[in-house]
Amino acid sequence: MSVLVDKNTRLVVQGITGSAGGFHARQCMEYGTNVVAGVTPGKGGQKFDGKVPVFDTVDEARRETGCNVSMIFVPAAGAADSILEAAGAGVELVVCITEGIPVMDMMRVKAQMAGKKSRLIGPNCPGIITPGACKIGIMPGYIHKPGNVGVISRSGTLTYEAVWQLTSRGYGQSTCIGIGGDPINGMSHLDAVKLFNEDRETEAMILIGEIGGSAEEEAAEWIKANCKKPVAAFVAGMTAPPGRRMGHAGAIVSGGKGTAAGKIDALKAAGIAVAETPATMADTLIEEMKGGKK
Amino acid sequence: MNIHEYQAKELLEKFGVATPPGKVASTPEEAEQMARELGGNDLVVKAQIHAGGRGKGTFTNGFKGGVHLCKSPKEARELATKMLGQTLVTHQTGLAGRVVNKVLVAKSAEIAREIYFAILLDRASAAPLIVASTEGGVEIETVAEKSPAKIMREPVDPLAGLQAFQTRKLAKQLAFDSAQLKSASKLFDGLYRTFIACDCSMVEVNPLVVTKKGEVLALDAKFNFDDNALYRHPDVAAMRDIAEEDPREVEASKHGLNYIGLDGNIACLVNGAGLAMATMDIIKFYGGSPANFLDVGGGATEEQVTEAFKILISDKNVKAILVNIFGGIMKCDVIAQGIINAAKTVKLSVPLVVRLEGTNVDAGKKLIAESGLAVIAADDLADAAQKVVKAAGGKK
Repeated sequence: MSVLVDKNTRLVVQGITGSAGGFHARQCMEYGTNVVAGVTPGKGGQKFDGKVPVFDTVDEARRETGCNVSMIFVPAAGAADSILEAAGAGVELVVCITEGIPVMDMMRVKAQMAGKKSRLIGPNCPGIITPGACKIGIMPGYIHKPGNVGVISRSGTLTYEAVWQLTSRGYGQSTCIGIGGDPINGMSHLDAVKLFNEDRETEAMILIGEIGGSAEEEAAEWIKANCKKPVAAFVAGMTAPPGRRMGHAGAIVSGGKGTAAGKIDALKAAGIAVAETPATMADTLIEEMKGGKK
Repeated sequence: MNIHEYQAKELLEKFGVATPPGKVASTPEEAEQMARELGGNDLVVKAQIHAGGRGKGTFTNGFKGGVHLCKSPKEARELATKMLGQTLVTHQTGLAGRVVNKVLVAKSAEIAREIYFAILLDRASAAPLIVASTEGGVEIETVAEKSPAKIMREPVDPLAGLQAFQTRKLAKQLAFDSAQLKSASKLFDGLYRTFIACDCSMVEVNPLVVTKKGEVLALDAKFNFDDNALYRHPDVAAMRDIAEEDPREVEASKHGLNYIGLDGNIACLVNGAGLAMATMDIIKFYGGSPANFLDVGGGATEEQVTEAFKILISDKNVKAILVNIFGGIMKCDVIAQGIINAAKTVKLSVPLVVRLEGTNVDAGKKLIAESGLAVIAADDLADAAQKVVKAAGGKK
């Protein structure tokens, strides 16, 4: 009942000996994630917390442990290289938490990963979690609950808000994917929607977007033509002044494109229920589910 | 980050992009001296501020126009006297205007025609994209709207870079004649190299001109730099002019906070950019008006929260404050302690609404309850927004 990650996931943590990497690797392990390896160049041969083997390269970690998903906490200056290292070693899913990566680095990463079988989530994202089975990232585990709603979001804390609303109302999540707020990232809203649409255990989806770019519009168009599951959405940034960058590099509005109003119109035109405020994301979806949409 | 016109000119010259000869001056005496060095009787004096519409702007001393042609060093000095130290108001500066600390004295080009040429990082294709038009010197948005056929787009392969044939193709599409092909291609190539080498998110030349003598020059250039990449460009970072920025934003950035000042009266302190925007949205939804965007980030310390609070309180328009935290990495007790510390150092004269959720929420709530601070506690996001709008004096 999930997409991309589950009980069988074998995780390698790149940057495991750093303070953030170590802290969150431990949190993931406590949640039940199977962390099989760590990578920090120059620290090969050490054991993290006395049990997880640390390697110098992802290539070795992959050969020695069969890790199939990577979580990256490497500082921004080296993160693009780390993503390509994981992809080059054949790791199937690369989850990059690091924020502040220069956009040109991501442009080159994206071009080099095109056509390869590795998928990228992020960067500048909270990660991915299949509640009760596998947590990869920095989200607080306890707010989640196993269930059947897929959550896709560009923003971290706004995802927690949606998840908490669902959990408090008794609705669990199949998998929650934070795709990240950067202008150039890996998996898009649409990629995640397609996965959830095919997942038998996912019954409905919440799509959380924000101003900038056209990823929400693309997902809306596809949903209109192909998706039979109830979908609710929220777009942050109605009140953002044009031309200003608000935290996420993704959250920039310029030249009248990528506005919240434009995105909301596109989502509504696709038959998606759009929450009026961030406080009603779960309620909007629950109403759609009860209405027996389509 | 943005830079001044004179800095853009210096940067472009480094990459072999032709610009009209010119020099920057900080005093009327310097302006006269620069004009003398440039020679001739075809000069232009331009006020240096980070805003467009300078030519049509007005100084608060009544002097009209931030861009003037002049014919002699003496005249350049007179113009600089009227501009330097004065506040220029344009349609982009807002009513407060910007103080002019420098003027650019340059040779005025005899323009035969004007072209628009920009390179930006296109997020849809995740690659550089060149956008150009024969209709330069005007607002490109208007051209795009009225005659979209006159806008050309040339995508660039992110790994291979701009190819020579593409610069020739663009030159012909932009109606350069065969004799100008080489200089146009060279200029486009130089702009692209500047764009890549300096980690720009946009370089916009408007106008790029052909002079009556047939020279091809970048007359005015606007740069946007990727702030995330400034660490590897100390020369670019050194061009930052904090006098051009909102002092609250400058203060916030010193403490690693992401703050943007707005016009409303409800201050917000939130963790996470998406939630911060959503919080502004819900305040507006319930009839209030946000005074700022403030993201304290994922791992803020007590000190950062205290500093954030000081910045919020310094805004005289603020009638109420909303703290909305969904703790993930950020722990609610850290936020609570930051608020308490701030309240000790700064007199809290407006109502404070606090909504805490997530990691260590109980410890956070307990700290605030025991602090004796007059805090209006909120249960959820909608409750918090309604309470803060009411506290600020109701719907506007």
